[in-house]
Amino acid sequence: MIRSEILSEIAPLLRDQLVVCNIGIPSQELHVIDDQPSNFYMLGTMGLASSIGLGLALAQPKPVVVIDGDGSVLTNLGTLPTIGNNAPPNYILMIIDNGSYGSTGDQPTYTGKKTCLAGMARAAGCDRVVEVQDVDTDAALKQALEAGKATVLVVKCDSGNAKMPVIPLDPVVIRDRFMKAVQA
Amino acid sequence: MSKMNIDKKIVDDLVANDISFVTTVPCKQLAGVIEEVEKRDEVFHIPANKEDEGMGLCAGAWMGGKRPAIIMQNTAIGVTINTLATLIQYYRMPLPMLISYRGELREPVACQVEMALHTKALLAQLNIPTYHFHKRSDVEEFGMILKHTFMCNKPVAILTDANFWGGYGEQ
Repeated sequence: MIRSEILSEIAPLLRDQLVVCNIGIPSQELHVIDDQPSNFYMLGTMGLASSIGLGLALAQPKPVVVIDGDGSVLTNLGTLPTIGNNAPPNYILMIIDNGSYGSTGDQPTYTGKKTCLAGMARAAGCDRVVEVQDVDTDAALKQALEAGKATVLVVKCDSGNAKMPVIPLDPVVIRDRFMKAVQA
Repeated sequence: MSKMNIDKKIVDDLVANDISFVTTVPCKQLAGVIEEVEKRDEVFHIPANKEDEGMGLCAGAWMGGKRPAIIMQNTAIGVTINTLATLIQYYRMPLPMLISYRGELREPVACQVEMALHTKALLAQLNIPTYHFHKRSDVEEFGMILKHTFMCNKPVAILTDANFWGGYGEQ
């Protein structure tokens, strides 16, 4: 499965959660598949989805699902110790690990070679780290939401992107409706 | 005002302005402030490994309903320009940045002067409101600056140099 197929499958689960979605094609895909005010789309700032989601989870009690990528986590690896030492039970970091920089032309990342993000998350102090294959994402995310523990979920899948339009929403609109969804 | 009282005054002002989420990347000049932040029950302190990561944490905390602040060194302006432009400013978020302004008068480390030369120019290029604390009494404006930050929803820089802190390592 490629990321867009995974997102389509888990969309019903994501709909009721606060979602922080990674820059580029992942946000474009989620926006087309199931746009919700409770989705925070990153339009820039590669690497910070996990950090934004962590700040959000620490500030309020609703579950937060971060949809991140292997390339973006690799560019902000300092996030893993911060998550490992601080993440509250309402925090789920889902890393869609397709071993490539999807938004820039599918150049390979090191996770397709020798680097293991699940191992890095464990070494950084994350207690609940789960690695699954693409077909098991829905069940694993459901379990993570029910676990009542901070979770790093690494989803191994194929590289590839659906053809998507850019998100036409103004950033302040995305942010404002998201904050209203947080408070609702 | 003594150094210890400045640390306390700064954190008192943070608390008085309802700032309850503070991320830090340390600097020796800010060690006392960071220690004071850690002591206060009203403030959640989360150390960051890099300043752009810290700004991401602050963005999330603010959207979650808490007022954030970041404490860092001016060298971090070089690290965070993209984050300031494409996250904090683009989504119009408030962020007070309490910054140790290394490389100014009474600085002992020559390399620190290199980023000091660029600090105000970069902040000006980004249209970031910037305040420079050089004398002890400048700290009196800190509370007003915090109010200004959350009034206008912008990142705001408060540069605090070695002279303000009583000389780097001379206290």
